[in-house]
Amino acid sequence: MKDLRVWGLKKSPWVFHVAAASCNNCDIEILAALTPRFDVERFGIVLVGSPRHADALLVTGVLNRKSLPRVLRVYEQTPKPCLVIAVGTCACDCHMFKDSYNVVGPYDRHLPVDVYIPGCPPKPEAIIAGVVKALSKL
Amino acid sequence: MNNRRIIPIGPYHPLQEEPEFFKLIVEGEKVVGLEINIGYNHRGHEFLSPRMTYEQIAYLVERICGICSNSHPFAFVQAVEDAGKIEVPERAKYIRTINHELERIHSHLLWLGLAGHFIGYNTVWMWAWKYREPILDIFEMITGNRNHYGMNKVGGVRWDIKDEHIPVIEKDLNEVEKAVGMFTRAILDDPVIRARLEGVGILPKEVAIDYGVVGPTARASGLAIDVRKDDPHAAYDKVPWDIVVFTEGDVLAKAKVRLLECIESIKIIRGCLKDLPKGEIEAKIDEIPPGEGIGRTEAPRGEVFHYVRTSGGNFPLRHKIRAPSYMNIASNEYACVGYPIADAALTLAAVDPCYCCTERLSAFEDGRLRYSYQDILRMSWEKTEKLKRRMRGNFKAE
Amino acid sequence: MRELEKELRERFPEVEIFEHSPRRLYLTIGKERIREIAQFLFKEKGLRLSIMTGIDTREGIEVLYHFSEDKTGTYWTVKVLLDKAKPKVDTISDITKAASWIEREIWELLGVEFIGHPNLIPLLTAEDWPRDKFPLRRDYE
Repeated sequence: MKDLRVWGLKKSPWVFHVAAASCNNCDIEILAALTPRFDVERFGIVLVGSPRHADALLVTGVLNRKSLPRVLRVYEQTPKPCLVIAVGTCACDCHMFKDSYNVVGPYDRHLPVDVYIPGCPPKPEAIIAGVVKALSKL
Repeated sequence: MNNRRIIPIGPYHPLQEEPEFFKLIVEGEKVVGLEINIGYNHRGHEFLSPRMTYEQIAYLVERICGICSNSHPFAFVQAVEDAGKIEVPERAKYIRTINHELERIHSHLLWLGLAGHFIGYNTVWMWAWKYREPILDIFEMITGNRNHYGMNKVGGVRWDIKDEHIPVIEKDLNEVEKAVGMFTRAILDDPVIRARLEGVGILPKEVAIDYGVVGPTARASGLAIDVRKDDPHAAYDKVPWDIVVFTEGDVLAKAKVRLLECIESIKIIRGCLKDLPKGEIEAKIDEIPPGEGIGRTEAPRGEVFHYVRTSGGNFPLRHKIRAPSYMNIASNEYACVGYPIADAALTLAAVDPCYCCTERLSAFEDGRLRYSYQDILRMSWEKTEKLKRRMRGNFKAE
Repeated sequence: MRELEKELRERFPEVEIFEHSPRRLYLTIGKERIREIAQFLFKEKGLRLSIMTGIDTREGIEVLYHFSEDKTGTYWTVKVLLDKAKPKVDTISDITKAASWIEREIWELLGVEFIGHPNLIPLLTAEDWPRDKFPLRRDYE
C-alpha cells in the first residue's frame, strides 16, 4: 500500500504552500512557476488549496512567533508521508533576520525538512528543480 | 469551479480559535464589521537596523516586501543622503528613476493578475503575469536578479545601464505598452468586469484623509497626492509626466489609477532613457555625520517613508520604516463595511496589501466561523458568474 | 519665512523650529501641547500625519510626529520628550485615525503610554510576548 502511495506521489505531487513571515518574493516566484512561461502543471505538479490534500509542503519565510503555531498545525493536518521543501534562504537558515527578537526559525528547528532551495528568491526554474529533486528522494 | 484553480497563498482554517488577519463580522450576507490582526510578517527590521552598517541595511530593507523591493532601499538611501547632505550624481538619479518605474509596472501587473483571480478571471491572471516577465528579464539583464537586486546604495546606484541594454529595454517597453492598453480596454469595455468592480468598497475622500491613506488608494478617492510630484527627487522633475487621479473611490477607480499609471511610467522611462546623462553612478562618501534625515518615494502602493538618525559612525541610532500598506490596510475598516461578503476579498485586495495578509480572511457571525477564505473566494466567483448570466444571457466566457 | 512657520510661531510661541533643509523641518515642543499642535496641523492646516517614531535616547524617550505638507512636499516633524521612567503622552488617535495603529506599536515596542487611546493592545508581537520587554529600548536584552 505504501508503494502505491509513493507511486502516486511521484507521478503527480500535490503541493501546498505555507508562508510564515515571508517578504512574499519566494511566494510570488512559486506562483510564477504556475504561469505559462514556466508552467509546472505540465510536470504534474499541482498547487492545492488545503493541506489535507497535499503530498508536499512548500514552506517560505523566516518563521516568527505569531506564525509558528499555525505552521505546526498545518504540518499536523498534512497526511504523512509528506515532503517538506524549504524555499528561499529565509526558510533554509533565517538569512539576515536570525538575530531578531521575533524570529523562531528556521523551519528545520521545528519540522523535518527534506530539501533546501536557497536563493533570494530562488528562480522558478530553481524551485521546479528542487521539487523534482525532492521527489527523487522517494 | 475546479478546486485546483484557487491560489493557495495560505492555510485553510477549519479551526476558529486561530487569530485571523482579516476577520469579517457578518450578518447574513453583509459585512457589518472588520477586525484586522497583523503581525504575522513582523520580523523586527527596526531592531536589526541599528546593529548593521548602512550598506547592509540597504540589503535588509529590500526584503521588507518582495514585490516592491526597490522602494524601500530607494527611500532609505535618500534618508541617509538627506541626513548627510550627500549629493548624488545625475546619471545615478536617472537610473534610479528608470529602475523604480519598471518596478511600478511589474507590481501593478502583479496586482492586476491577483485581482483577476479574486473575481474569477484566471485568464487575466495568466496574461498579466506573462507580461511581467519581460520586465523581470530587464532587471536580470541589468543587475543579475529578477527581484532583490540591490540597485540602490548610499550615494548612487550599484549597477549601470549599459548602452547595449537600451534597445532591449525599449523593445520590452513597447510590448508592455501594448499589453497594458489591452488590459485597460478589457476592463473598461467588458460590462461584466466593470459591473463587478464598480461601486465596490468605496472609500470616501474624508475617510481617506482621516486614515492618512497614500498611493493609488488615495488617488482613487480624489486625493491628488504623489511623492514624485509633491517632493520631487531623483529625476522625476526632469521628465514630463502626469499624476492620475479619480474620484469615485471604488475598486474600479483603483484599477484605473494603476493601469493608467503604467502608461505614465512608460513615459517616464522613455524620457529618462532619452536624456540619460553620462558620468559617475556613485558619489564618494567619507563619512556620514550625526544628524537626522527623512527619505521617501512613491512605491507602487503609495508613499514609503524612512527616517534615519545617524550617529557619525557606521551604524544608525534609529531607523524608522513605514510601508504604505500600514496606512492603507487600516482604511479597510471603513471600506469593507456595508457591502456583501462576496466583495470582501476584492475590496481588501484593492489597496494592494501583501498577499500573505489577504490569505487569512474569514467571516464570523454571532462569534462563530461562518465562511472561510475559500468560501469567500468562491462567493466572489459566483457573484461574477451571476453577473455574466444576467448581462450576457447564458453565454459563459472565462 | 514661510507662511506656516509664521502661524506656528504665533500660535505656539515656545516652539523651537530647526530647518535642516528646505523641505525638512523639525519642531520641538512640550508634550502637554501635542494635542493642540496636532489639531492645528491636521484639522486646520490640512497636513497629513504620515507616521510617528519613538526613540529611546539618553535624555528620555522622544516621540516624533511626522506631518506631511503635501502641497509643498515638506515634512514638519514635531518632537516631544518624555520621561524615561514613566513615558506618557496624550493620544491623538481621535484627532486623526492615522495615529491609531502607530500609537499601539510604539506602546508595544517602547512602552510609551498613550493616554486616552481607545484600544491600546498589541499590534505586531505575539500574544505570549512578555509585556515588560520592550525590544526598541536601549537596555533590551
